[in-house]
Amino acid sequence: MSYKSFPGGVHPRDHKQFSAAAPVEEIPHPARVVIHLSQHIGSPSTPIVKVGDEVKTGQLIAEASGFVSIPQHASISGKISKIDRFYHPTGIKQVAIEITSDDKDEWVQLVDEADFMNLSPSEMKERVAAAGICGMGGAGFPTVVKLSPPEDKPIDTVILNGVECEPYLTADYRLMLERGEDIIQGLKLIMKMVNARRGVIGIEANKPDAIELMQGLCANDPALEVVPLKLKYPQGAEKQLIYAATKRKVPNAGGLPSAVGVVVQNVATAVAIYEAIRYRKPLIERVISVTGRIVKNPKNLKARIGTPYSELVDFCGGLTEPAGKYISGGPMMGFAIPNLEAPVAKGSSGLVVFDTREAHDLEEKDCLRCARCVDVCPMDLMPSLLAMNVKAKKLEMAARLGLNDCIKCGSCAYVCPAHIRLVQWIETGKVRWAEAQRNPK
Amino acid sequence: MKDKVLVSPAPHLHDSGSIPKVMWNVVLALVPALIAAVYFWGFNALLLTLLGGVSAVFTEALIQKLRKVPISVSDGSAFLTGILLSYNIHANAPWWLPVVGAAFAIAIGKQVFGGLGNNPVNPALLGRAFLLASWPTLMTDGWIAPKGGALSGITNLNLIHSNLQAVSSKAHALVTGATPLNIAQSLRDSTFVNSLTADAGTNMDLANRIFTGITDGSTLQNLFWGNIGGCIGEVSVFALLIGAAWLLWKNIIEWRIPLFYLGTVAVLTFFFGAIPGSGFSLSIPIFHLFSGGLMLGAFFMATDYSTTPMTRKGRIIFGIGCGVLTVVIRFVGGYPEGVSYSILLMNVFTPLIDALTIPKAFGKVKK
Repeated sequence: MSYKSFPGGVHPRDHKQFSAAAPVEEIPHPARVVIHLSQHIGSPSTPIVKVGDEVKTGQLIAEASGFVSIPQHASISGKISKIDRFYHPTGIKQVAIEITSDDKDEWVQLVDEADFMNLSPSEMKERVAAAGICGMGGAGFPTVVKLSPPEDKPIDTVILNGVECEPYLTADYRLMLERGEDIIQGLKLIMKMVNARRGVIGIEANKPDAIELMQGLCANDPALEVVPLKLKYPQGAEKQLIYAATKRKVPNAGGLPSAVGVVVQNVATAVAIYEAIRYRKPLIERVISVTGRIVKNPKNLKARIGTPYSELVDFCGGLTEPAGKYISGGPMMGFAIPNLEAPVAKGSSGLVVFDTREAHDLEEKDCLRCARCVDVCPMDLMPSLLAMNVKAKKLEMAARLGLNDCIKCGSCAYVCPAHIRLVQWIETGKVRWAEAQRNPK
Repeated sequence: MKDKVLVSPAPHLHDSGSIPKVMWNVVLALVPALIAAVYFWGFNALLLTLLGGVSAVFTEALIQKLRKVPISVSDGSAFLTGILLSYNIHANAPWWLPVVGAAFAIAIGKQVFGGLGNNPVNPALLGRAFLLASWPTLMTDGWIAPKGGALSGITNLNLIHSNLQAVSSKAHALVTGATPLNIAQSLRDSTFVNSLTADAGTNMDLANRIFTGITDGSTLQNLFWGNIGGCIGEVSVFALLIGAAWLLWKNIIEWRIPLFYLGTVAVLTFFFGAIPGSGFSLSIPIFHLFSGGLMLGAFFMATDYSTTPMTRKGRIIFGIGCGVLTVVIRFVGGYPEGVSYSILLMNVFTPLIDALTIPKAFGKVKK
């Protein structure tokens, strides 16, 4: 089998052995959930419920507040008990709606559209929008926006992202093994919505069984194809995946995949799209890997959105040693969070627990100019030079060197022998540069 | 549950590399060359090497104490500079030569610029240049032949003439008393070549015979294993290649600079290396690759992080530049060997090369 890839990148050990063999297990719905109003990129959703209201599972509780926004739904039935600031999976506090369960899990009425494949694209998109779907791979871009590219940018290819290049995480892998057919349905629906003739599923080489299974499912449809990809981080980054699968380069400085005729969706998002169009089911649950060496029984859990992380860890039998770090997401791009109060959000693909030794805090030294960061940067940037310019407050220079092209994959900081926090410096630079742009002196 | 967890920015994984790991791995990669040196010249080679390393460490610690900055000698970078400096000295040198050279390399080559990562030129090579300028005779005289071998690497004088001493005492003195590159340099001197012709008579091209002698297969083998005269660290190509392979495999050095450096030397010496009257031959570039400090320079000096370009294109330019300068110095310069000055010169161009070769971001749109 030939594997495709992109230039640059790193090879961290994948650590997927902890949870790879664990079939998706449904965690009983919790006594309370916390539904954040910002689970996506864009403006926060607007609550339409107040404290004391009774809600059913799947009921709309917050509306989209604009085009780049999504609605939110109750993930359990019960009573709205609080609208306040709660811990967010990114580690800070943000406004969210708390629902206390009535233990009934009483659902809103769903449908089963027999002929869902032949709905009009606009009807399909309406259902996706109404289901509150955003990208489930982590970035959380509102899905319907991605499905509505500018009219002058025809789409010919839909790529499903089944790469899951973050170490430890196995949620997408299990989903492909267990719900391959639904993923294919989702892919076909996306192709209809954007009028693409080709559907591609990108999967990394360390999941040979998923590659084989999905290839089997694509076999009788010439429009569909599995593209096996080299085991390399960040193979699942959007631009790198597009390049590997199509040899097209998304223009830098804010270019979108639609500029090269491509739409990328995560495999989990594809399943959510399928369920939204066929059943009108809102996005109120997802699969999340709870893993790490010290998690007693690492699992892939199907959890209601809003389930506190602490319940996930309890359900996995707790920890065998004191935790050194909690990571919301994967260990390369995820957020270290101060406690397990934060809830599962639509983009939560993993909860990784490190022991005290794995949680290292390395001292920054002077740059050696070894250029390893330059060699691994998948965006062909010079990370150390960017960081140096940010440190020296030479933001304009940093911007000229491609500050905003950084996809913060962390490959540079991963290899830096001087342990320079390159991503943090570059992110700091982006914020400061944006401020400087807004308030020119 | 009381959580005492670390909250720090992503990425939360690291490949476990560190500055000490890098530096001590390079030191380790230099050990085979040291073993070869001790094998050919005895324990004085080891002693001089260690003196250089210790002097460098001591100098760095002293200056860091005076600068009131953390003492970082355990990272191995000073020790590495010290032994690289010693590797540029022959095994017969006085004990204080590497001590003074390493101290200069660290003080003037590195610490005055702020220490590791901030020095513009390779400290060890700067130290060597300082020693060569200050004590030229100590640095270039007193070469000793390897145990059981010849200074020139020509172990079979019959290759040239069965009774060379009788034909030309000058030629005999040359091929027994000089290093291969010194011989090559002498053969470029037309006065010298004419005197050989005068000795041997017009029907015997002695210069060509000597040239054949230094590029003969048996001599090239001696050059490869290290059975020749030279500086401590440069003697055995074989030992250096073992170390280089280790560094490439451990991803500590990158292939572009060594490849383009050696490739440039090979190509240029193939086309311009023959002496008048002899034709093209693959043995000429091999002779040039295996002799002098080229292997040591290409893999261990021209790959120094701080003083070489960070961009991929820049590294190619740097390698080619070093190669061109080395060949120019060997063929038309006043010195028999040009590796160290080539690298030093290219070090100076590094900021310019970097500035001119900044890569285009992935997906860069042409404006």
